Amino acid sequence: MLLNQFLLLSAVLFCIGVYGVLARKNGVLVLMSIELILNAVNINLVAFGALTDNVAGAVFALFTIAVAAAEVGIGLAIVLLIYRNRRSIDLSEIDLMKG
Amino acid sequence: MTHNANWFLEYAWLVPLLPALSFVGILFFGKRMRYKGAELGIAAVSLSFLLAVCAGFAWIQHHDDVGYQAVQSSTQWLQSGGVEFGAGVLVDGLSVMMLLVVTIVSLLVHIYSTDYVGDDKRYTHFFAFLSLFTAAMLFFVLSDNILQMIVGWELVGVCSFVLIGHWWEEKPNSDAALKAFLTNRVGDVGLIIGTITLFFAAGGGNTFDTIKINEAIVQGEVGHTALVVASVCLMAAVMSKSGQFILHTWLPDAMAGPTPVSALIHAATMVVAGVFMIARLYPVFFEGMQIGGSSINLMATIGAVTLVFGGLLAFVQDDIKKVLAYSTVSQLGYMVMALGVGAWTAAVFHLFTHAFFKANLFLGSGSVAHAVHSFDMKKDMGGMRKFMPKTYVTFIIGSLALAGLFPLAGFWSKDEILVGTGGWGLFGGTGGNGAYTFHLLMGLFGAALTAAYMTRCVYLTFHGEFRGDRSHGDPHESGPRILVPLYILSGLAIVAGFVNLPAGFQLVGDSWTERFGHYVEPYKSSYFPAIDHATPSWSLAVVASVVALVGAGVAIYYYFVKVDRLADQTQQSLTELPDGLSKSNGLAGAGHKVLVNKYYLDHLYEGVIVAFTKVPLARAAYWVNQKVIDRTVDAAGETAVLVGRQVYDVVDQSVIDGFVDGSGRVSDATGEELRQINSGKVQNYAAILFAMAAVLAGTFLIIFAL
Repeated sequence: MLLNQFLLLSAVLFCIGVYGVLARKNGVLVLMSIELILNAVNINLVAFGALTDNVAGAVFALFTIAVAAAEVGIGLAIVLLIYRNRRSIDLSEIDLMKG
Repeated sequence: MTHNANWFLEYAWLVPLLPALSFVGILFFGKRMRYKGAELGIAAVSLSFLLAVCAGFAWIQHHDDVGYQAVQSSTQWLQSGGVEFGAGVLVDGLSVMMLLVVTIVSLLVHIYSTDYVGDDKRYTHFFAFLSLFTAAMLFFVLSDNILQMIVGWELVGVCSFVLIGHWWEEKPNSDAALKAFLTNRVGDVGLIIGTITLFFAAGGGNTFDTIKINEAIVQGEVGHTALVVASVCLMAAVMSKSGQFILHTWLPDAMAGPTPVSALIHAATMVVAGVFMIARLYPVFFEGMQIGGSSINLMATIGAVTLVFGGLLAFVQDDIKKVLAYSTVSQLGYMVMALGVGAWTAAVFHLFTHAFFKANLFLGSGSVAHAVHSFDMKKDMGGMRKFMPKTYVTFIIGSLALAGLFPLAGFWSKDEILVGTGGWGLFGGTGGNGAYTFHLLMGLFGAALTAAYMTRCVYLTFHGEFRGDRSHGDPHESGPRILVPLYILSGLAIVAGFVNLPAGFQLVGDSWTERFGHYVEPYKSSYFPAIDHATPSWSLAVVASVVALVGAGVAIYYYFVKVDRLADQTQQSLTELPDGLSKSNGLAGAGHKVLVNKYYLDHLYEGVIVAFTKVPLARAAYWVNQKVIDRTVDAAGETAVLVGRQVYDVVDQSVIDGFVDGSGRVSDATGEELRQINSGKVQNYAAILFAMAAVLAGTFLIIFAL
């Protein structure tokens, strides 16, 4: 088993996720892209854990999954509220915090 | 650590726990309670007070049995990187004394508040935060390590912020709350740096434990440089929390909060947190500032400057609470100065007595303000003694105690501070840790100022004619829930001084003198520096009293005689002499006026010439009375007012405010530049974030690859 296969997979996944976060206009798709980033991290954690025969990697991945679930819950709630108020979830239109 | 310490000392952590529970209780269930949560707060604080009293007796017992041995019970909070972070309580004379002061003042303020903020729409919220504040302060004074002290320190800061901004709908109030919070943050930088320095410097054992740090310093295991850094940094924290010049500006603004809050937080308890911290970590300061055997150091000088500046500023305030606020600044200056000259007991004792009479004065001012719905002495008060005789009596007692007149509480503590400076070498030296003559003189000057501005305050509030709005009928005396706390506090303002009668006080036996110092000062313990104690001096006590009486006398003459007489003649209600020097503008104006005023010379000639022709003695006496004594007294009073106004205008308003404004403008300009990045679009932020992360990753790669 070669470690770099996993690392390559996770790097590709991470890059796709970053692209999605930066380029997508749709709020839901941005959230999904964030999930991709998190899962890229998870793959790394598990891979390194398996390599060093250490259970901590898998445990941390489980943590990440739990936190990601909470995060996506909050994120979807925010998107829903934005949609109710503005009838749109286009992120480029939302700039209330412009300084 | 003793094995058979008393239950009340072992379980002292119950004292802060009760108000903390009451905070949670009031917050969640307060609105549904019969008295909207107030009963829970009062019950919790009463219990805490009882426990504190028991702890007081237990400490005396413990002290008599085994001597000054702190009772420390702590538990491990967490362990990381080989360092243990403890959480625990340290019970010794100092913390037991603070428990008593905080719980009794807090209890009385709770009772007072049920009337004072009785119809407030955030009544429950107010009581919840009074409880939290009490808990935080008790937690702070019981801390057995400096990390825990920071937690308590910040908690009281937050409560102060919330309570100053209690009526946040009005912009000045929320501004004042922010100002208090942010000014304290400035000092907190010093607090954190000082704590970190102590952590690494003390004992080499990497400990936060207060006693261990103090012991290491007492045994000379800590380098001097580290102590200088730590003490100067911690001093910055003290300056912000305890309102020392130049970080005092938040304290008068904090008067925007409800009066009970001013009494509890900005007079009696929170602002003494800084003083308490110095007292608790005294070896750090004693060695760091080299207090022993010196005649000047940073801490004592800051205290001395603060006490005089605060006193002068109190002269020119029209708002009764601001007079008291600047007075608090001035009295805190006394405490810091006392600690700076090595008079530890005197400082802590002054903290003790000051808590009672200042809370008394603040609550008294609140009682008056409650009746006239204003704090402005010149516009809305005057003659209040006719309407509120009971408040008047308590206020007078508080004022006398503050002015330090025999035999009230302030006399004993202020005298001890003056003795402790060791600068009174005239009639047999008073000993002490050095010859701080300059600080003694500042202290004496401050005593005169204190007596004078309190006289002014009493006159403007309670004497003369009522100047307020009578359209809603005459103001009337407050109810029992306001008066009873006032009675108790003024009673304490009378008797609190007797717990530490000076050694050699002839009227009572030796077993009655210096009880406070005996039980509170840890001079026999392992964690206290070897300080020298000054010998009480009768001559200094007399001189200090005379100075205070002169200060009061000048002000009494100016207000009660001259202004009153003029008011009678003109049938007006006056607050100052219309032809006084204070009306002319600035110091130059005053000098100018004295020079061009032929009035004096004319009368001199007239007086001398007529004296030789008519009833010589009577005329001469009259002349001396009118021109010399009168003018001297007037001039002294007016100069004090002038100097005060100058200090207020030039130093406080221009320099310090200018400095604060300047820093505001700088951040404004930076903000304007940084605004460009702030597009409001979340994806732009994300792009910056990822770009920076990439740069960081690249940097790491280069560093580790090379």
